[in-house]
Amino acid sequence: MEVFDQILQTGFFAALIRVATPLACATIGEMFSERAGVLNLGIEGIMLLGAMSGFTVAYFSGSLWLGMAAAAASGIVFAALMGLLTVTLGLSQHVSGLGVTMLCSGISFYCYRLIFGQPSQPPNVQPFESVALPGLAAIPFLGPVLFNHVVLVYLVFALVPLAAWLLYRTPWGLALRTVGENPQAAASAGVPVAWMRYQALMISGALFGIGGAYFSLAQFNAFTFGVISGRGWVCIALVVLGRWDPWRCALAALLFGAVDALQLRLQSSGAIDLPYQLFLMLPFLLTVVAMAMLSRNARAPASLLVPYRREER
Amino acid sequence: MMRFRLEPRERTPVWLNLLLPVLAILATLVLSSGLIVAAGADTLPAYSALFAGAFGSRFNAVETVVKAAPMVFTGLAVAVAFRAKFWNIGAEGQLLAGAMAAAFIGGLEGLAPWTLAPLMILCGAIAGGLWAGIPATLKVRYQVDDVVATLMLNFVMFYAMMALLDGPWKDPLSGYPDSPDIRMDAEFPILLERTRLHLGVAIALVCTALVWLLMSRTTLGFAIRAVGENARAAAHAGMPVARVVFVTALISGGLAGLAGVGEVAGMHYQVMANLSPGYGYTGIVIAMLARLNPLGVVPSALFFAAVATGAETMSRKTGVPVFLADIIQGASLVCMLVALLFANFRVRLQRAAAV
Repeated sequence: MEVFDQILQTGFFAALIRVATPLACATIGEMFSERAGVLNLGIEGIMLLGAMSGFTVAYFSGSLWLGMAAAAASGIVFAALMGLLTVTLGLSQHVSGLGVTMLCSGISFYCYRLIFGQPSQPPNVQPFESVALPGLAAIPFLGPVLFNHVVLVYLVFALVPLAAWLLYRTPWGLALRTVGENPQAAASAGVPVAWMRYQALMISGALFGIGGAYFSLAQFNAFTFGVISGRGWVCIALVVLGRWDPWRCALAALLFGAVDALQLRLQSSGAIDLPYQLFLMLPFLLTVVAMAMLSRNARAPASLLVPYRREER
Repeated sequence: MMRFRLEPRERTPVWLNLLLPVLAILATLVLSSGLIVAAGADTLPAYSALFAGAFGSRFNAVETVVKAAPMVFTGLAVAVAFRAKFWNIGAEGQLLAGAMAAAFIGGLEGLAPWTLAPLMILCGAIAGGLWAGIPATLKVRYQVDDVVATLMLNFVMFYAMMALLDGPWKDPLSGYPDSPDIRMDAEFPILLERTRLHLGVAIALVCTALVWLLMSRTTLGFAIRAVGENARAAAHAGMPVARVVFVTALISGGLAGLAGVGEVAGMHYQVMANLSPGYGYTGIVIAMLARLNPLGVVPSALFFAAVATGAETMSRKTGVPVFLADIIQGASLVCMLVALLFANFRVRLQRAAAV
């Protein structure tokens, strides 16, 4: 079983973690906004904008972390626009989200072309480097798999329990969940519904931006127009698969990472002679299949997609 | 302190329905001018270069009309689907399905030449319709979210196409992942000498009229609108809601499939990776600007086709990146959404002290 030998190497699991990290980051962001009742379809465009703005700022400032901050900030700005449209004005979340995605994609392409022109060699930065955690990295198997990555990976490790704690163990999380389930009840308990939704959206925007910048500053060392190519949409599906729970969302991202890392291995090993496009298709196909299978158990926040107007009821 | 309050309108006046898209586009152009200035160009020369590129000569104007054809189809596809609240974001994939069916039929030897065009049209529409039927079935049977399902299937169709174009369906004479050319006698006739104005443009206009008739004059159109307005009430009135959604998806996908047929049979004569620069997604913007009215889809599609063709000229003349077209698309969708608020609600100012 050569194939299994290929799979069970530590390199495979380390690759899995690398692939899953930006997706877990964005998926947890989307989970926050959906938990508050807003489907943020701006994700695809905001991730692209994060990749672009993060790269641009890192390129000119020489600081990768400043790039990350810019990516998060640009994400917050456009998530706030999403809030203006869907929360303040109560417009269709589907169409608003698509509008934000189109706008952000357009801005990303436009600004990149404006700043860098059309050079034959795309400009690049020195990307984030792996940091082996002292002690932990020496553990056999687990060390190289979990503890020899760029710092962002560790931050996302920490993000999952932090998100779970915020959501389930704090008054803020309770308020957020109530806003997504029953905004009328939340409002009568004195929770500022609109402000909670804005907060959730801005958290999502920041995490989308960071997730996007991971691609241009850690995974690769440059910005390309196809750098996100549908991965944002995958995160929308991962939230459904993860049933709006931080731990399960992270698990769903890991599962996606496993499929993706597997396809890279199978492709390069030549063990299976299939067009590589079929492997690229796999996550999208699996998402549809999984949603059909899980849909009976999946229960979205009750007020997802429903705008809240104080005058009603 | 003044607060604004939204009062639902009973009916939207006709003049407002016509005015809102115009206002949305104007707002978009004003907002986008900031980016033109950022690019070091002047706003008015840039926009006039864009306009000249779109309509400045007979050739350019026809090019704009030709470019609008697939957008009319995808705009109609989205308009029909959204009327039934079937959120079809998948026109892009359905377009590719139609294009592939057309290119396959058009490449078959042994078919009588006169059967080719009708068969390509029929099979393209069926392919697009069936591809939209999948998410519709998932929606009515398993309550799978249609937005996510249709979006995902776009990528499934794209990669399936690329796998074929890079493998068994690759033109052996081409260095690129392109399909072989369709037969010469399968190509749509050119309607105007020395231009690229092909039969597909006429079909787009015929379809617009048919869709308008369907939506406003038939029982099915009434059922589609009833399901979209209130599915529960429609079911209570005895309408087969699931079937209406499914048929809506077939029609919507079929229209998107025809966009692909027109591109293959009238423009490129083959299927290739960049067959559609996002016509499916543009269809959403077009349909929203048309307020989901089939007759409004044509001017709306012409506008975005003009922006797309004109942006090239503008970019050459003023150095403003061609991606301004994408920004205009996204911004006008957002502006139109805001404008719709005024169609459905009257804005009233009131004093907060009166609570």
